[in-house]
Amino acid sequence: MSYDALRHFADSWGLLFMTAVFLTLIGWTFRPGAGRTHEEAAHMIFDEDKNDV
Amino acid sequence: MDNLLVKAGGWLALVFLAFLAMVLAVDGGFAVHMAIIMIACLIALWVTISKADYAAIGRGILKAPADPGKYDDDPIRWGVIATLFWGMAGFFVGLYIALQLAFPVLNLGLEYTTFGRLRPLHTSAVIFAFGGNALIATSFYVVQRTCRARLAFPRLARFVFWGYQLFIVLAATGYLMGVTQSKEYAEPEWYVDLWLTIVWVSYAAVYIGTIVKRSEPHIYVANWFFLSFILTVAMLHLVNGLAMPVSLLGAKSYSAFAGVQDALTQWWYGHNAVGFFLTAGFLGMMYYFVPKQAERPVYSYRLSIIHFWSLIFLYIWAGPHHLHYTALPDWAQTLGMVFSIVLWMPSWGGMINGLMTLNGAWDKIRTDPIIRMMVLALAFYGMSTFEGPMMSIKSVNSLSHYTDWTVGHVHSGALGWNGMITFAALYYMVPRLWGRQRLYSLRMVNWHFWFATIGIVLYAAAMWVAGIMQGLMWREYGDDGYLVYAFSEVVSAMFPMYVIRAAGGLLYLAGAAVMVYNVWMTIAGKVREEKSMTETPHDPEADKPLVAVPAE
Repeated sequence: MSYDALRHFADSWGLLFMTAVFLTLIGWTFRPGAGRTHEEAAHMIFDEDKNDV
Repeated sequence: MDNLLVKAGGWLALVFLAFLAMVLAVDGGFAVHMAIIMIACLIALWVTISKADYAAIGRGILKAPADPGKYDDDPIRWGVIATLFWGMAGFFVGLYIALQLAFPVLNLGLEYTTFGRLRPLHTSAVIFAFGGNALIATSFYVVQRTCRARLAFPRLARFVFWGYQLFIVLAATGYLMGVTQSKEYAEPEWYVDLWLTIVWVSYAAVYIGTIVKRSEPHIYVANWFFLSFILTVAMLHLVNGLAMPVSLLGAKSYSAFAGVQDALTQWWYGHNAVGFFLTAGFLGMMYYFVPKQAERPVYSYRLSIIHFWSLIFLYIWAGPHHLHYTALPDWAQTLGMVFSIVLWMPSWGGMINGLMTLNGAWDKIRTDPIIRMMVLALAFYGMSTFEGPMMSIKSVNSLSHYTDWTVGHVHSGALGWNGMITFAALYYMVPRLWGRQRLYSLRMVNWHFWFATIGIVLYAAAMWVAGIMQGLMWREYGDDGYLVYAFSEVVSAMFPMYVIRAAGGLLYLAGAAVMVYNVWMTIAGKVREEKSMTETPHDPEADKPLVAVPAE
């Protein structure tokens, strides 16, 4: 693959792919039920009975 | 017994190999480095064959709790001490080279003490020795507690600590002898790079191994940041370090890339070292220690995940802003600028997330000097992640590039964000790691806070004035079309700012010295008699129940 072809691939399909992956990962945090999971995860570090310090 | 024989024989073989390489070395720097490696192997050999239990002796010297505890904390305790030691060394060299810029006589007329040799010593000491040890120690602390699992591969974890110290010693002595790859923040030569690769892969193995054996289903977000820091730094180091040595027994090597490709690879590395070493790694500290010290969960866990993915996807493209108006293609410069500006949003999202964690507990800023340090760290994270994108705009960069404004920007991020969050994390960990009731003195933390804060303000303000003045003087044309100022005139105009900068550095170093004393006394098990940070005086007049007044 020539430099030129690679560059055009990168700024078309490559860019589209990266954007799609990024939006999926961001969108995933808004899935139904995510709020409760996040709540638990945020409080996990304070679970002192499972944790010594 | 056989096992011992094999181990001792292995170390002895390495001693001989290092000796051979030293004798056959084609240059002095390589010979000195092989001598250092030989001494390191001799020490390892001695520790292997002597009957003394050095782990127990070490615990005695460090006054570490005898009880091994639920978690493997020995390498973390060593890391805390190494962080403080290298921090003091790095800050001191920084102060010294700041004074060299104001008073050139301090170069001492020796090649080993010139600014050019000491400057990479300073940057590597503070970023990789102080920051790196802090990152390794805090990441081991956080990963164990959030995964509720002991470190995987405990012996490898100890190798990571000692191997990393050897890397620091080799890098630092190399700079003094002029052994350098001449790549900013990636100065160590090829064989030191190879050694760091081995240490770093071991670090990744310990870290990932601990996550794999976790007993907590969810991987807490701080670990995402630490993991991205470990993996990305590995990738950056491998690509940017690609080089061909001139001789296998000599220090000199040449980069695999040439010209502008080399420059772009270097700044792809360089900016992501900022993005993943100095940002993602320290954000890992922030997302654990700020909620723990504030005793409140992070403001928005969702925002922390969005913060994470946005940094991952954006940072990697920002490097070309270091190469504005160079031979780099224009589209690449613009790409770097655009991504740098887009980065502003996730950075501020993260800053707001950290600050808002204190929502409902803002009074702690008044009463808890550790929280105060964390808030200042987050404020400087916000300020330098605003200043950076602004400076990456090409028209701003045409004024700021190559001036001391850049130096000021880096230091507001490094002293303000990295330094303060590290100090706060160490203050949090030390009493817990040594099983002490509290720090020796909270008031000394407050003193440290003010020394450091005033130091940073003097530093950053002096460099803003110096940088903008320098940029304006460089581009000043007279009516006849000639430059108005000679370079020497610009240099002499900056003298007062250089003195103010050195004063700021002195204050920052003084604050760190207060910290060393405080941590020393805490480890010694002493508690300072002092007035508490806040008083709630008793008012007997107000202390009585409301008398219900019957309705008329």
